[in-house]
Amino acid sequence: MNGTDIGRSTLIGMPPWAIVLFYVLTAAALAIFTWGIVRLVRKYRMGRRAAGRRPAASELLRTFFRAIGNVTVLRDDLYAGIAHLLVLSGFVVLFIGTLIVLVDRDILRFVLPSLVFWEGDFYLGFSTFMDVFGVILLAGLLMLAVRRAFSRLPQLDYRHSFREEVSRRSMAAGDWVFLGLIFFIVIGGFALEAVRLVAVRPEFEVWSPVGWWASDILRSAGMDAGEASSWYPVFWWTHSAASLAFVAYVPWSKAVHMLLAYVSLAWKDETQNASLPAPPENEAGGYTAPTDLTWLELVGLDACIRCGRCHVRCPSSLAGMPLSPRDVILELRNHANNTLLHLRGNGNGLHRMTGDVIPEQTLWSCISCSNCATHCPVGINHVPLMVQMRRALVSDGSVDEQLQQTLVNLQRCGNAMGQSDRMRAKWTKELPFKIRDARREDVEYLWFVGDNASYDPRVQGYTRITAKLFEAAGLDFGILYEAERNAGNDVRRVGEEGLFEMLAEKNIRAFAKSRFRTIVTTDPHSYNTLKNEYPAFGAEYPVIHYTELLAALIENGHLLPVRRVGGRVTYQDPCYLARYNGLENTPRTLLDYAGVELVEMKRRGRDAWCCGAGGGRLWMEDIPAKDERPAEQRIREAAALDGVDTIVTACPKDLVMFTDAIKNVGLEGKFFVRDIAHYVWEAIEQPIPEHLEKEA
Amino acid sequence: MNILVILKQVPDLVEELEINDDGTDLDRTWMRYIPSEYDEHALEQAILLKEEHGGTVTALCLRIGEVDDTLFTAAARGADRLVRIEGDFEGISSRDAAAVYADHIRRGNYDLVLTGVQAHDDLNGPVGARLAAQLEIPYVGVVSGMHLDPETGVIHLHKEYPGGLLTVIRTELPAVVGIQSAVKPPRYVPIAKIRQASKSAEIGEETAEPQSLTPGYTVRRVFKPEGGGRAEIIDGAPEDIAARLVSIFSEHGLVR
Amino acid sequence: MSISIFVIAEHLEGTLADMTFEMLGKARQLADEHGGMVTAVLAGYNVAQLAEQLGAADALILIEDELLAEFAPQPYQDVISGLIRERAPGLVMVGSTSMGLDLAAALATTLNVPMLSSCIDLSVEDDAYVVTSQLYGGKIMMETAVTAGTAIAQILPGAFRAEDGQRAGTPTLEEIPPGLHPENFRMRFENFIKPEAGDIDITQAPILVSVGRGIQTQENIALAEELAEALGGSVSSSRPIVDQDWLPVTRQVGKSGMSVKPRLYLALGISGAPEHVEGMKNADLIVAVNTDPDAPIFSVAHYGVVADIFDVMPALEERLGERVS
Ligand SMILES: Cc1cc2nc3c(=O)[nH]c(=O)nc-3n(C[C@H](O)[C@H](O)[C@H](O)COP(=O)(O)OP(=O)(O)OC[C@H]3O[C@@H](n4cnc5c(N)ncnc54)[C@H](O)[C@@H]3O)c2cc1C
Ligand code: SF4
Ligand code: SF4
Repeated sequence: MNGTDIGRSTLIGMPPWAIVLFYVLTAAALAIFTWGIVRLVRKYRMGRRAAGRRPAASELLRTFFRAIGNVTVLRDDLYAGIAHLLVLSGFVVLFIGTLIVLVDRDILRFVLPSLVFWEGDFYLGFSTFMDVFGVILLAGLLMLAVRRAFSRLPQLDYRHSFREEVSRRSMAAGDWVFLGLIFFIVIGGFALEAVRLVAVRPEFEVWSPVGWWASDILRSAGMDAGEASSWYPVFWWTHSAASLAFVAYVPWSKAVHMLLAYVSLAWKDETQNASLPAPPENEAGGYTAPTDLTWLELVGLDACIRCGRCHVRCPSSLAGMPLSPRDVILELRNHANNTLLHLRGNGNGLHRMTGDVIPEQTLWSCISCSNCATHCPVGINHVPLMVQMRRALVSDGSVDEQLQQTLVNLQRCGNAMGQSDRMRAKWTKELPFKIRDARREDVEYLWFVGDNASYDPRVQGYTRITAKLFEAAGLDFGILYEAERNAGNDVRRVGEEGLFEMLAEKNIRAFAKSRFRTIVTTDPHSYNTLKNEYPAFGAEYPVIHYTELLAALIENGHLLPVRRVGGRVTYQDPCYLARYNGLENTPRTLLDYAGVELVEMKRRGRDAWCCGAGGGRLWMEDIPAKDERPAEQRIREAAALDGVDTIVTACPKDLVMFTDAIKNVGLEGKFFVRDIAHYVWEAIEQPIPEHLEKEA
Repeated sequence: MNILVILKQVPDLVEELEINDDGTDLDRTWMRYIPSEYDEHALEQAILLKEEHGGTVTALCLRIGEVDDTLFTAAARGADRLVRIEGDFEGISSRDAAAVYADHIRRGNYDLVLTGVQAHDDLNGPVGARLAAQLEIPYVGVVSGMHLDPETGVIHLHKEYPGGLLTVIRTELPAVVGIQSAVKPPRYVPIAKIRQASKSAEIGEETAEPQSLTPGYTVRRVFKPEGGGRAEIIDGAPEDIAARLVSIFSEHGLVR
Repeated sequence: MSISIFVIAEHLEGTLADMTFEMLGKARQLADEHGGMVTAVLAGYNVAQLAEQLGAADALILIEDELLAEFAPQPYQDVISGLIRERAPGLVMVGSTSMGLDLAAALATTLNVPMLSSCIDLSVEDDAYVVTSQLYGGKIMMETAVTAGTAIAQILPGAFRAEDGQRAGTPTLEEIPPGLHPENFRMRFENFIKPEAGDIDITQAPILVSVGRGIQTQENIALAEELAEALGGSVSSSRPIVDQDWLPVTRQVGKSGMSVKPRLYLALGISGAPEHVEGMKNADLIVAVNTDPDAPIFSVAHYGVVADIFDVMPALEERLGERVS
């Protein structure tokens, strides 16, 4: 057989008017598509400039491969990830295939016939390839449909978390339309192929295995070539119309995530949660209208495919508080569309974005754990959005009484407890040695103790143990005494930017007066802001967490773990260490050095479950929750581990929250919470410097 | 409608208070001052009145400790005019302070003066009552609500009694009112707004010589109440405990 | 020195306030110890029948006028300042109450006499009245001695015992004409507004019986309710009790609940976690009952009872019952 015989022409046997009609329809579909895109772009241009830098070409490429590789989708849900991978690869291949045919048949054939390549061996390979990927795509769609129809997965539960009256029926219907349309196109494609192969049956077409097999079925069902020929146009038009409809449909539906997710991921500023963006330069100093969002944030809203990954990982949502990051995104999207697309202007009109569209209680429910943003496959950063809206609330003075009291305390005394700043170092009085004052003496390490570790009687014992460990290791360290202020991490996340700046300035002034090389913090929250946010205010120092310092002291022999402490414990990853700063292993090494057996909880590291104290939640009035608080849920999870009776923490706030939660779940005296320093202290046992002996 | 709010600086009770060497006064060397809690309510009430009826709000502070922040905060809340009176005012009594305020008010043109109902260091009683008596204008204190009729210059004041009972007192302006609590609690003012105010608002400065009339009493002793720190433990059989508790309650006038 | 004390009686809606008896009791005691006269001053309208409860005073000055029916500062000031100027007593006792707070400082200014507020103790030493004032949120006491003629003391409620001043018998009655100048008054009493019934506002309750996890079951809350009733107070709680839905969230004291400042806070089976203490540490009197002698609540309480609340509650209730009958 001659190579040039293998192949076929498209639009076979079509009357000219039909060909014209087809091109007209194609043009219309493309026009609708373009119109949709232009409309979106116009909307995005109404947003603010994004502060982040423009991604380099290499990054764009990297993100492209990550997107194609389904990295963000596969990461947290294998089933959905595989299904999506099947659909995505099938879709991409078929799409490219269609482009190839388009180029060959509609362009080359007329312009440069010598270059026509959709024939011969290429045609055969191409046919097989397309058929196989068609099947792959179908398999993926089927997996997704099954999941959607039969599983009772909470992430697919569309019930609104803070606006019960909202019906999500049309939203759910939209999902089926999306799935159904692709399904219909692929099935239609196979049917068309089958009918064609009944009509004309060149032997080489066995290379289209699915079409061949389907045509066999049709033939055995009694279809002959003539019948097939008369059916062919019907199938052809149906398939073509559906495909064109899909093209037109993309920018108007959730299918647009194919484009927007990529933009959102490529431009995503990964540092933005750990180091919050500055407030917009409007009067409120926060987000009050859709035009306050950056274009990138507006893109993100549209990219959300309501996968619900954030929804099922949000501790506040799971505690039954009126918050779900998914619903926040969807409400904002709705509001942005209602105002920017239809009303023009910032068009806040009837509803204020902050307060009405997103209720205050919803905003105050967030504990800034970032579990949502970490898992969002399309790269949405929820936390900065929440904080920007909180900023607007704070600017209005809309904070609850307890939070107001705390903020006033922080203004006046520099700590959240409202205790005298002069009492900050009172915890040191019970130490058998004096900690140096870093403002007066040069030290290598400046220990930034933090509010809870300094003032809270439940934590102070551990703070003293940490001090004794440092002293036992002969560490050259000091503290700032009454000059230390709350570092402001949570103040910033509450949305009180001015107060954050004031606290930061005071701390930075105290740093400037002192001589030291490295800052070591107790509190992971302080750690985060000192490390990631203070540099923007001119304070660039190396910042480490005390667990890192203790590990280093052991590794270079300054602390000698001589005893295996024993016992089975589990470890709580603090959000601001693990999720925000990737510090997961060091604390675990410490437990290892101490000879403690670590049993891991399922949700750990970047997946860890927050204790519920972050983002200033610790300072606010309780929001009525339908279920157990996050800390209580966590204690139950920990206590269910076989033979584990202790949860080890590396964060004073965890310690406070869990002490309370253990009582609340009725495990007092049976289950314990301890700071990690306790184990190191037990393990070193010897040699204790002489001057420490009486305490130990 | 011109409203004057008097903001008084009082020692911050978060700090341990120290007594001077001869035990007749507080040691004010390291004292940190904050505006009296009730005065903040007075300011809020003034702003609420202004929002409803228009007019101006003037915030007035004697220079005791660092007062500019207090004044700028008032501006951030909505005060239109800020006045700081310079002079030797540390430890000034409410009686003598009232004279300084009265002087300022006589020179001004105020329809309504709002003060806090009392301050925690008013040994000589609430400044508002003293001020009104000096100016010979009406005073009503312990007020937690009001209704103003700017046309007639009449204000209906809700005065609080125990158990949530209120009486309404109709008063003609000008008058001095001692605020127990504003209709809405003072709102939070973000630091950014205070900073903004400290750049844009101006503080009018005046000076005054506090008069020092003989007070008619001598301070014999200033001391801290004993106890504190740890509870006095009561033990014994339940009946004995109950008897002791009831007698403690009645010492405190809690049971009849 | 011969004592001469005026006690300004207080009444509301036809009933004498406790404050009146608290002041009378103390004045009586001083007069008994040092010799002298206690005069009650009763201004009002149709209040003559109250005289028979004022047996603790030696004399009663009754001033009646329609304008004095309910308290309004100007008319009261007008008659009382006139009276004091004329009679020049050594000491005038006024309550640190809604009425007294308006009256005392104004009288002192008009009459140009010394006035001392927040008085929790009163004595006579070396021929002078000695007043102890509780200032700075109760953190500082100031003891002053009056050196000049008449002085006004503003007495804190609860400083003295009311029962010491509750004596039957009518003192010598002297009725004087009000001699008011209504044309000078630029204010008048208009009407009462009664509080609406609703769930109890624990921030307003003078006495709180507060229960913590030590109460153990929901049924036991009733025991606390009974005790609260016997004390004339309300029930509040720590957070776990609200979490269990044993009490509504409006009763929660602490960081994430209400901040309260009652005259008595009786903590039953509450450990005293910092989040709880934050909301109640400013109560005037804190009494804690807890089985654990090391419970942190004892470091904020004024009185501590290391015992089982289920022993203490019934005993206390019984004792309170005895007193009433
Ligand atoms: C962010 C945050 C906010 C919080 N907000 C609040 C808040 O607003 N209000 C609040 O109250 N808590 C709050 N908490 C909780 C707080 O930390 C404590 O867990 C809580 O106050 C403990 O309540 P409790 O004293 O009733 O219980 P426990 O601490 O369990 O104390 C019970 C006490 O009862 C005693 N006891 C038991 N049986 C008896 C008996 N038969 N007789 C006498 N004594 C007995 C025990 O010795 C014990 O001391 C908050 C916690 C966090 C982390
Ligand atoms: S915000 Fe992200 S994680 Fe949440 S539903 Fe949308 S796409 Fe999914
Ligand atoms: S940061 Fe945490 S609490 Fe806030 S919305 Fe995201 S998951 Fe929920």
